[in-house]
Amino acid sequence: MQKRVVFRNRWLPYLLVAPQIAVTLVFFIWPAYRALETSLFIEDAFGFSRQFVGLDNFAALWANPAYLASFGRTVMFGLSVTAISMGMALALAVAANRVIHTASTYRTLLIWPYAVAPAIAGVLWFFMMNPTVGIVAYWLEQWFGYDWNHYVNGNQALLMVIIAAAWKQVSYNFLFFLAGLQSIPKSLIEAAAIDRAGPVRRFWSIVFPLLAPTTFFLLVVNLVYAFFDTFAIIHATTNGGPADSTSILIYRVFSTGFLGQDYGSSAAQSVILMVLVVGMTIVQFRYIDRRVNY
Amino acid sequence: MVENRPVLSFLTHAVLIFGVAFLCFPVWMALVASTHEGSELTRAPLPVWFGDQGVVNYTRLIGEGIPAVGGVPLGRMLWNSFVMAIGISVGKIVISLMSAYAFVYFRFPGRMIFFWLIFITLMLPVEVRILPTYDVVARLGMLNSHSGLIVPLIASATATFLFRQFFLTIPDELVEAARIDRAGPIRFFWDILLPLSKTNIAALFIILFIYGWNQYLWPFLITTDTDLYTIVMGIQRMVNSESRPIWDAIMGTAILAMIPPVIVVLAMQRLFVKGLVESEK
Repeated sequence: MQKRVVFRNRWLPYLLVAPQIAVTLVFFIWPAYRALETSLFIEDAFGFSRQFVGLDNFAALWANPAYLASFGRTVMFGLSVTAISMGMALALAVAANRVIHTASTYRTLLIWPYAVAPAIAGVLWFFMMNPTVGIVAYWLEQWFGYDWNHYVNGNQALLMVIIAAAWKQVSYNFLFFLAGLQSIPKSLIEAAAIDRAGPVRRFWSIVFPLLAPTTFFLLVVNLVYAFFDTFAIIHATTNGGPADSTSILIYRVFSTGFLGQDYGSSAAQSVILMVLVVGMTIVQFRYIDRRVNY
Repeated sequence: MVENRPVLSFLTHAVLIFGVAFLCFPVWMALVASTHEGSELTRAPLPVWFGDQGVVNYTRLIGEGIPAVGGVPLGRMLWNSFVMAIGISVGKIVISLMSAYAFVYFRFPGRMIFFWLIFITLMLPVEVRILPTYDVVARLGMLNSHSGLIVPLIASATATFLFRQFFLTIPDELVEAARIDRAGPIRFFWDILLPLSKTNIAALFIILFIYGWNQYLWPFLITTDTDLYTIVMGIQRMVNSESRPIWDAIMGTAILAMIPPVIVVLAMQRLFVKGLVESEK
């Protein structure tokens, strides 16, 4: 964790960590503490008075069917985004790992969406699927006679934000899968080929198990992405609607606090999400520790 | 490739071409839409080839903006996004370099406490502590200012860990040599450590620039002054405006908003991949 040889200085190290610590305390630790504290109170909308209520805010959330439904939707949303983007990325990485001459061209064409902001990704798909002008909605209508209108149909709206969120994440997963595939020794694959294992057999018996660390790492990262970073996609396009059908947990924190002005409940929701992130971060670090050891 | 299988090769390219098409098609549609006149974009099917209004549309967007949504020129928004992205990435790199240096090269009371304090920030994304953070910024009088856009986002556990990890791989002999030559800690930092960290700094800069450029919720909350809108967040006002969406302008804005970060990624691909893979692990 530290050098054998160090410098000796009484005040310099404190000066060096001071800016980082100051920003952390003022903008991270203090607000997080405030969220914890506020979650235990009920405040009137004007901030004149507040009353200690213990865990009532949490109990209210537990008893609120809309919140529970939002919880279920968030899980659905997170799993769908993760499955779609990781599945596509894995297929693309396996394919890109197989071609030789055009590999770098394909890679260039596949990685740029990483740089697109989630909000912009949302707007692009919002346009493509718009019921009056969107080309995808038009194709669905022309070829399948399917009526697409995400302004009124909640499931369609949810599907739209899932696709937009997954679209943006494919390149990230692709890069990590490709790096994972390239670190698998060629000799293993060749040995299997000599034993007359076909490409499909080789993939499932050798490549896929050896990719497990990458897959697990990406699983956690993608779930965190879907739970938190997708706020912009939803806020820029559907605003949680129609009828709450796309208001995932992170959007609810915002809408309860800023639009509904119910600070206690919003803070309680923040605390629940913080616990969720802490849990996921711990899972991720435990896994990294183990991988370092083996 | 272990053996030659034509069918599999065909399938491989088919998968890749489908993937490229899926990723590029939305941007193609946006590009096309942004070169047509608004009146051509009110009814399906939309044109799939460029129109002749491209120059007119983009000049108007950058210079004047759209009156229906406040008329903020996009040139202004792009500038704000640029300032914010540069401010956040430079700020994160500077304070992370400093604290990583302190953690690795000094022994001082409270070191572990500081280390854990920074570590905790990993678990507190802006989105989960929106209200109280907003409150702090409001009390400090930093609403509607560039410093309010930048400073609250510059703490970085990831960057600190990355630099710490890198410093630990630098041989101890360098410090010893520096001390024999009577170079103090600051001299050592400037003349030896910083030049050695150049590649890492560049790689991290790309990732952080994209992170800063793509910020959405934070600028949305703390800027009500239209002169401070960033482009990624400004597009939201156009999409959710009261009137009918002006698609040519919205798509033009989307294209302008993604050009700078996409160029950074494509121009510095090798560094970008290095930065991405290393900063996440």
